[in-house]
Amino acid sequence: MNEPVGGLSPFSAAKWYELFSRGARDWLRHDAKVRDAVRRHLPELVSAGEIISGAARTVRVPVKLLEHYRFRLRRSAEQQSVGQGAAKPGDVLLDPTHRPAPAGKGPGGEQDGEVQLLLELKVEDIVEWLWEEMRLPNLQPRAGPSEQTEWTREGWDRRGARSRLDRRRSFKELVKRRGAPGAVPTFTDEDLRFRQLSRRRRPALRAVVFLLLDVSGSMSERDRQLAKSFFFWTVQGLRRQYRMLETVFVAHTTEAWEFTESEFFQVTGTGGTVASKGFGKVSDIIAERFATQQYNVYVYYASDGDNAASDLAVAREALEKLAHQTCFCGYVEVAAGLSRRLETETGRLFDERAAAGGAVERCVLGGFEDIWAALRTFFAAQERAGRDV
Amino acid sequence: MSREWCTLVPRIEQLARGLGLDFHPVEFEAVPDSFMMEIAVYGLPVRMPHWSFGVRYIYQLIQRHMGHSRLFEVVFPGNPGHAYLSAGNGLAENVLVSAHVFGHADFSRNNLLFRRCQGQVSERIVEHAAQHARQIQHAIDTYGVERVEAVLDAALALEQHIDVDQPLRRAPYPQYLEPAKALADDAFRRRFAALDPASPAADATGPQRAPLPPHPERDLLWFVAQYAPQMESWERDVFLAVREESFYFYPVFATQIMNEGWASYWHARLLREADFIPQQAYLDAIRCHSEVVRPVAADEQVALSVNPYHLGFSLWEHIVAQRGLDAAFAIRVEDDDFAFIRNHLTRDLAEELGLFRYRARDGKVTVLQTDLDALHEAILAPKYNFGAPAVFARRVCADGALELWHDHRLDGRGLDLERSRKVLEYLQRLWRRPVRLVTTDEDGAELELSVT
Repeated sequence: MNEPVGGLSPFSAAKWYELFSRGARDWLRHDAKVRDAVRRHLPELVSAGEIISGAARTVRVPVKLLEHYRFRLRRSAEQQSVGQGAAKPGDVLLDPTHRPAPAGKGPGGEQDGEVQLLLELKVEDIVEWLWEEMRLPNLQPRAGPSEQTEWTREGWDRRGARSRLDRRRSFKELVKRRGAPGAVPTFTDEDLRFRQLSRRRRPALRAVVFLLLDVSGSMSERDRQLAKSFFFWTVQGLRRQYRMLETVFVAHTTEAWEFTESEFFQVTGTGGTVASKGFGKVSDIIAERFATQQYNVYVYYASDGDNAASDLAVAREALEKLAHQTCFCGYVEVAAGLSRRLETETGRLFDERAAAGGAVERCVLGGFEDIWAALRTFFAAQERAGRDV
Repeated sequence: MSREWCTLVPRIEQLARGLGLDFHPVEFEAVPDSFMMEIAVYGLPVRMPHWSFGVRYIYQLIQRHMGHSRLFEVVFPGNPGHAYLSAGNGLAENVLVSAHVFGHADFSRNNLLFRRCQGQVSERIVEHAAQHARQIQHAIDTYGVERVEAVLDAALALEQHIDVDQPLRRAPYPQYLEPAKALADDAFRRRFAALDPASPAADATGPQRAPLPPHPERDLLWFVAQYAPQMESWERDVFLAVREESFYFYPVFATQIMNEGWASYWHARLLREADFIPQQAYLDAIRCHSEVVRPVAADEQVALSVNPYHLGFSLWEHIVAQRGLDAAFAIRVEDDDFAFIRNHLTRDLAEELGLFRYRARDGKVTVLQTDLDALHEAILAPKYNFGAPAVFARRVCADGALELWHDHRLDGRGLDLERSRKVLEYLQRLWRRPVRLVTTDEDGAELELSVT
């Protein structure tokens, strides 16, 4: 419908509105505001115990459209208005626009025809925002000597596969040749240029994170939930840095086992705690599957801090060994309901290690609201450790 | 749209002028539906950016998806007038709509309220609004979107709070009170003074500083732009730009029933008298007319709202039949909706149209006794004060705090507190001193909201 209407219109020359929608522009601005609002409340939203399964790549947040407020009269229970049609005084009609208020939601009717926006947020974006918002440090990955090779484009040659023909480049050659006296202005084989590939070596950025969880009888359901949340966000944080991040799940009581992710958080155990078994298991797996030189190894250990007294010396040794095998060991002490730093057996172990200059750090999680502080502590410590290497 | 339309429209225009319609030339343009929708959202073809229009746009999209509301035309008064027709219209629709546009163009050129407001705003509102949009875009480039948005949040929230009885370019209040007139020194005065020698005859302390504002001020946009203690000049300009557009919107709002009725009356009449329109186009156009100008949806008996097209159309038909065309021309000059409804919606006509008042409570709608005055008021109630609660600027305190006051006597009940607080928050960011609002609670007791 580009035909001007009888040539009457002064605007018909410039159909700017076919290229540009102001409505869409302001709609986007609205959505940006909603996103900002969601983002500002993100730490509360994601730490409110709402755990996202490891598989989900997006989170859906239902949000209301923003309202631009104006002065309005208070709603009254009764409205008078005018209608039209076949109705006599005293008739009782049904109001099709009326919806009964949902039970327990205050004075109703306000939600009439309300539109909800389903905001889909990528987990990566959330993590990105959180890192910005919380000013969490970025890790300095340790580049191992092991290298990956990949093909990159490099240079041109006169011979090559047809699919690698660089037309622009070939044409330039033709133009150049044409400039010379007595040249033939058609393509010759001499003009053709083919893109070449070469092997490039890149330092590998491979990492593995061990999530070690104490599932002894003293760990409550809530403790495990806390640990799970913490682990989730830690892994997300590490994923920002490493394209290839492997996860290993280990649980221990007086023994230690490796689990798959789905089993891991379901595991409950009974009986006492022997931390050295957990440390030992992790050490073994590292030695077996993850040659330290190739991997950046991170270990996170969550426990309530009770460790069998008889285990002290063994655990100290096991931890020392582990510290040498890894880039970083984090210990998060889950103490649901408490948030001060407790003097626990395991806590002391890690303090000793830290004093001895190991790349270890510990933190106390009293509730979901502490997760961010814990993450910041750990990532700051990891960054320091990374710089020292 | 087509050569056919191009030959028909000048003839319709000629016919309209022959019948006595008097309007500025109109420039027509066919635009895609998406653009029609944006005009409906913004109210003007080019207008300042603000996220609240984005919200309206979403609602409009939903409406369209549900098959409601299709816009055939939008016309902007002025010299020349601008009419945008939907590119989706067929020939018949366009013939009808063009006749309709001439009706609007006549109305906006002659109606006194329109003329007064256009006299203030100028006859080139479309261009002015585009200029405002440019100016605000420039402000965004200079000061950043957040700051400009803060100004627009407040200014657009107060969009309806203007006073069209005052000029657009208003002088500030006099700084000093007018000195009391010297009383005539006559026998009565002397005897009166002798009654109580202590009474101050006239204290000659010189000119008294006038309070600010000297009387409760309705025009909040102007008052804030004029008297905010710390606003920057570009912020004041944004307020005044919004106010100017409101001056344009007011007559559109306050004569909607008359204006739509008048245009509908004329498109029906022009089509009837235009014997040069092909038979089929005429029939299609009349079918389209009866779909737009009908009181209740096709599959329903009763509507709980009034179609302004139908109401206005019926009133005008009645006026022309009873009192002749000249009387109708005079009425379209002099009245606005308030006068139009009160003067011309008679008991018989109301009955004929099947208008009734009802009371809605908890989803139960009860039809009330017929009462003509109450019916008038019920139709007009949403139109008072530009459709907004009566909020006045009452006082600027010594510390610069602004006190707003809601006159609940005019509105019958108090304000919605949650929303009012948000509006105060918008306003406080620009007034940059505390802002207070006095209104009433459910029991009619005074209540003060304050944002510092």
